[in-house]
Amino acid sequence: MKTETQNSHIGETLGHDSAILHVRGSARFTDDIREPRDILHAAIGLSEYAHATLVQVDLEKVRQAPGVIAVITAKDIPGANNFGAVLADDPILADTLVEYHGQAIFAVAATSANAARKAVLSASINYQDLPAILTARAAAEAHSYILPTEKLDSGDSQSAIDSACHQLSGEVNLGGQDQFYMEGQIAIATPEEQGAMQIYSSTQHPSEVQHIVAQALNIQSKDVTIICRRMGGGFGGKESQPSQFAALAAILAQKTKRPVKLRLDRDTDMRVTGKRHDFNIRYTVGFDKLGLIEGIEFKFSARCGMSADLSGAINDRTMFHCDNAYYLPNISIQSYRCKTNTVSNTAFRGFGGPQGMFAIEYVIDEIARYLNKDPLSIRRKNFYGIKNRNITPYQQKIRDNVIWRIVSELQTTSDYQQRKQDIAEFNANSRFQKRGIALTPVKFGISFTALHLNQAGALVHIYQDGSIHLNHGGTEMGQGLFTKVAQVVAEEFQVRPDLIKITATDTSKVPNTSATAASSGSDLNGKAAQQAALIIKARLIDFAADKYDIHTSEVIFKDSRVYIGDQSLPFEDLINQAYMARISLSSTGFYRTPKIHFDRTTFTGNPFYYFSYGAAVSEVLVDTLTGEHRLLRTDILHDCGNSLNPALDIGQIEGGFMQGVGWLTSEELCFSDQGELETHAPSTYKVPLCSDTPEDFRVNILRHNPNKENTIYRSKAVGEPPLMLGLSVFFAIKDAISSIANSALQAPATPESVLNTIKQNHLS
Amino acid sequence: MNPKKKQALPKTIQHQPVRFVLDGELIDVNDYTTNQTLLEYLRDTLQRKGTKEGCAEGDCGACTVVLGQLSEDKESIQLSTSNACLQYLPTLDGKQVFTVESLGSELADLHPVQRSLVEHHGSQCGFCTPGFVMSLFWLYKNKTQTCYQELLEVLSGNICRCTGYRSILDAGLHMYKYASSVIPTVPNTEDKNPEAEKWMSLAGPSPTQNNANLALLKRCVRKTTFAQYAQEERQDPSKLHYLAPQSTEDLASIVLDRPDATLLAGGTDIGVSITKAFTEFPLLVYTGNIKALKKINITANQTEVGSAVTLSQIIPTLLSEYPELEDFFKRFASLPIRNIATLAGNICNASPVGDSIPLLLCLDSHLKLRTGNSHRVLPLSEFYLGYQKTALQTGEFLESIQIPRRGQSAHLASFKVSKRHDQDISAVCAAFYLKHNDRSEHSIKIAYGGMAAIPKRATATEDFINNNHLNTETILQAMNILKQEFTPLSDFRASAEYRSKVAGNLLYRFLNEVIYPDTPPATA
Ligand SMILES: Cc1cc2nc3c(=O)[nH]c(=O)nc-3n(C[C@H](O)[C@H](O)[C@H](O)COP(=O)(O)OP(=O)(O)OC[C@H]3O[C@@H](n4cnc5c(N)ncnc54)[C@H](O)[C@@H]3O)c2cc1C
Ligand code: FES
Ligand code: FES
Repeated sequence: MKTETQNSHIGETLGHDSAILHVRGSARFTDDIREPRDILHAAIGLSEYAHATLVQVDLEKVRQAPGVIAVITAKDIPGANNFGAVLADDPILADTLVEYHGQAIFAVAATSANAARKAVLSASINYQDLPAILTARAAAEAHSYILPTEKLDSGDSQSAIDSACHQLSGEVNLGGQDQFYMEGQIAIATPEEQGAMQIYSSTQHPSEVQHIVAQALNIQSKDVTIICRRMGGGFGGKESQPSQFAALAAILAQKTKRPVKLRLDRDTDMRVTGKRHDFNIRYTVGFDKLGLIEGIEFKFSARCGMSADLSGAINDRTMFHCDNAYYLPNISIQSYRCKTNTVSNTAFRGFGGPQGMFAIEYVIDEIARYLNKDPLSIRRKNFYGIKNRNITPYQQKIRDNVIWRIVSELQTTSDYQQRKQDIAEFNANSRFQKRGIALTPVKFGISFTALHLNQAGALVHIYQDGSIHLNHGGTEMGQGLFTKVAQVVAEEFQVRPDLIKITATDTSKVPNTSATAASSGSDLNGKAAQQAALIIKARLIDFAADKYDIHTSEVIFKDSRVYIGDQSLPFEDLINQAYMARISLSSTGFYRTPKIHFDRTTFTGNPFYYFSYGAAVSEVLVDTLTGEHRLLRTDILHDCGNSLNPALDIGQIEGGFMQGVGWLTSEELCFSDQGELETHAPSTYKVPLCSDTPEDFRVNILRHNPNKENTIYRSKAVGEPPLMLGLSVFFAIKDAISSIANSALQAPATPESVLNTIKQNHLS
Repeated sequence: MNPKKKQALPKTIQHQPVRFVLDGELIDVNDYTTNQTLLEYLRDTLQRKGTKEGCAEGDCGACTVVLGQLSEDKESIQLSTSNACLQYLPTLDGKQVFTVESLGSELADLHPVQRSLVEHHGSQCGFCTPGFVMSLFWLYKNKTQTCYQELLEVLSGNICRCTGYRSILDAGLHMYKYASSVIPTVPNTEDKNPEAEKWMSLAGPSPTQNNANLALLKRCVRKTTFAQYAQEERQDPSKLHYLAPQSTEDLASIVLDRPDATLLAGGTDIGVSITKAFTEFPLLVYTGNIKALKKINITANQTEVGSAVTLSQIIPTLLSEYPELEDFFKRFASLPIRNIATLAGNICNASPVGDSIPLLLCLDSHLKLRTGNSHRVLPLSEFYLGYQKTALQTGEFLESIQIPRRGQSAHLASFKVSKRHDQDISAVCAAFYLKHNDRSEHSIKIAYGGMAAIPKRATATEDFINNNHLNTETILQAMNILKQEFTPLSDFRASAEYRSKVAGNLLYRFLNEVIYPDTPPATA
């Protein structure tokens, strides 16, 4: 009987808990919360220089503008003028120095959003221009770094390369990416009694917003409450960024003693907030006749922007992922964290990992072109082994390698070999249309690399009627975290998930939480909620065993009932009895990830609890006269361990994949020579649309592969890894033009980038 | 009104509230601020928060609503999707509005479109979802089945950053099955399906189900110029800020009398300057209510397109004559934009990259311009004087566009090249038109957008081709001449080098296909 009851809600294809609200338009986002009558709307004034001292900031006209109630500059910040979470180097408002075009200098609160935004334009600011460094390459040349350069050496790369049969070296640029969450940054701050502040914030990291706001207002964390029910997308862009806007709203609210809403319009949002780091990648590789890599060196220069933000951990993750699924015994990595006069780049799904993977996949592809072999054969040659060849450059032993299995299955189900032949035939007969195909793998390490972040808390209450209130530190941004955690609690009590009310993330319910990031949401919060449920359940079992005088093992929760020996009663009846017997029906839960450790000085250890795997095969058609392409077909096989919810996991896989495709094809961030971002709205910044998805799109979850580690129901994290499946499209494009290319394809593979690599004379 | 002020506007002008139909009710809007969009009105005034803002520039679809308009015979309601963020509030006068709340608020159950999205897991964060619901709702109302390609077109204006679209497309493909397998296409059939009836009755193709809404819409019809004064200056005719004349004559006299008037057609350009640059137009004059300007007149010699004709209206007409343009037009903006944007607006905004211009230049189109009661007809090629500068004089406006009918043995192609396939602005837009005569002589017209400050013919290149035999050698030489003829700019859409190269390659593509028709088509 026991085994039958197990996992009735785990692995269920349950819809998103808010799906019905979404389609009705009644899911409330922060901007949809009904506004108090006296609310003010804020806007921020931005720097028009990439690097300059502020000689004079004359805001008189702004103050006089219709509807304006308050104007603040750095001097009006009562506490710390900083929203940098790691280093205190991110001013909420620039004081005397601006370090990027678009940096906030002042903020306005007015009676309407339009009044505030219009007022901002009447500022008159005198700048003293300073020399600006805009690109990673220029910064590296000028030794302009925001953080110390990190090195990782494993084996002896130099002599391995020297003694290898073949050597290749090259350089490639990899573009950044805007998160382009559909809901822009927003915060509503409401002053409460005794100087307290309550803030609705669209944030992946409520606790950090709380701390930053408290410091900015010069009050204590206990006086600041942050609430977030849902975000309209986050993708990393709402990890460290929202605290600046929450702080501005709070400062204005404190000053005016009125609620203040700061909602960035799209253009401001894109100008002011950090993005995925763009990279300059240099490599040297030595390999044998069959393409086995013997030694490799990488030099990564990342454009970090004007402050540190999360760049340290992001670039570390690049170093951790430039092996992807390949055994690289002799490797040397140098990671330059370049300081530039551009917006401070930040977290974005994958968190530096995608850039590392791109680098090694690029090298593998180049090796294949050089040896004139199918890149897949080079990939297979270099995959991590199961029993040996399984130590990463940072000396973690890989114990859960399923890449062989995934790639073999996918190769078969996607008909890779046959299609490869068909494509060769097609290309031989087609002058201006070329097809290409690529199969790329993903191995992604799961855990925050900063050890202390791998913790989570949850709070479960059961009310007298048996309904359950669930809260935890994770935030909902569309990934379905709330649904998954509710499934866990439903599973423990064996009740219907709809009996569980999932409530807004709230710093006054669960404190000191980590960002919902690093794909860790369900791993951490699922476990914490499970623990809370188990504590209550244990109390209920003890109570029932005691009351009915049987052994605790005879108390079993099943089908919304509780079986106690021979009798059974509805769940809510037991709850009621427990209440009458004065049993506590509320508990917190806590979880910290075991087994992980990492020594930053030697860059070795076990930074990851486990790895998630996947692979994708994509086929494209490239127009070699314009450089445009169409994505024809994609097959994906992805590892979710024992999927908690296949419907949600498939959604993450498909969405992540397409986001990766956008990053590597159409999404291009262009800065002017003055460092001004020119692509700051969807009219100029092109994220994928329906027609960019493959019409033939086959996505599957790897079956029968429970997590080897004791994660929540042996599932695996799925938020970030699928993004890197998008690499298959970039390399399919590279494949398509391989026979007519004469230079390195740069990313993103925009039509222009593609055409640039094609030989001039292929017409005649 | 102040009688002392110069009063040359049509006599019939009087201030009226904006009147439209929403959820079976007539809404009269008296109080609204200058420059208010439908999106702001829905969210801020009506507190209907289902419609979202993702960009305020028509490019994301989070604000998608469905608008209904009386058909010409006033017997049915024509629905179209539209971006509420660009819909200037007074242009709603006389229309019907559906928002996501219109679908579910009164009905206990979900609309089939909503149900299908739920069943197919078509939402993740849910922010884009109401927009997709409305695009699909429109499709649901207008068709009884659909296919993948059609969905791509219908959803070309909707961004979803979360799902990767597959689930949404599946929801679209299967949405019809959630009401019933039988949708009544003919009204009053015997075996009515009550489920399907319920959904169809909100509005839609079958007139008899719409009596109530039709009646309401008819009550919105105006015979005289609709006028809206700036809120604070209601009595002062010089402070008029919006007029919607019903006749071309009235339009002509307004434009003549008020040099500060700006014509508002679809407003997809004007709307963006309102939401992004806070431009305040002293007087907007809406052309969308003038029946005569919404006409397409086809004669033996030409197709005459009224200046209020939308792209969605004219494209099918052009395609029936030039089916080879289908792929090109699919890439023109998105469906909701095409539904409101006009061909005239595309011409008059004088953008260097207006997608229709190279084509119209190659087809030797003419513009019928009007000042007061007098007309002049100008070749389109003489319309552009410089960057965003046209030959339009004060008091003058574009009445219609005259496009000659298809010539014999003509080859036509228009190509758009942009970073993203759909809903993007061209880096380069090109059109080619090649005719042969009986003596197997040929003449070519070549025009480009994105290659100069204005859309322009490549006359030197044309001359060279016209004077030479059509062969590969000629093409390659022509490409060199073309390179000399244009010096495009570099910007974030493309570099000058790329533009030059692609312009040549497109010429190559066109001629190569004409000369060697048996080689496989070279478009991706
Ligand atoms: C999201 C989006 C996507 C777009 N995509 C494309 C695209 O792919 N290709 C493309 O070419 N364009 C595109 N555009 C630009 C725009 O939609 C087109 O140029 C459109 O055709 C403009 O028409 P409209 O009716 O909306 O013009 P409006 O905004 O109403 O007017 C445009 C200009 O023309 C003037 N005008 C209008 N009618 C007349 C008249 N009868 N006489 C004199 N002047 C007149 C107006 O005063 C105004 O200056 C896009 C715009 C948006 C917002
Ligand atoms: S808000 Fe993006 S299209 Fe209207
Ligand atoms: S569900 Fe988040 S943008 Fe579509």
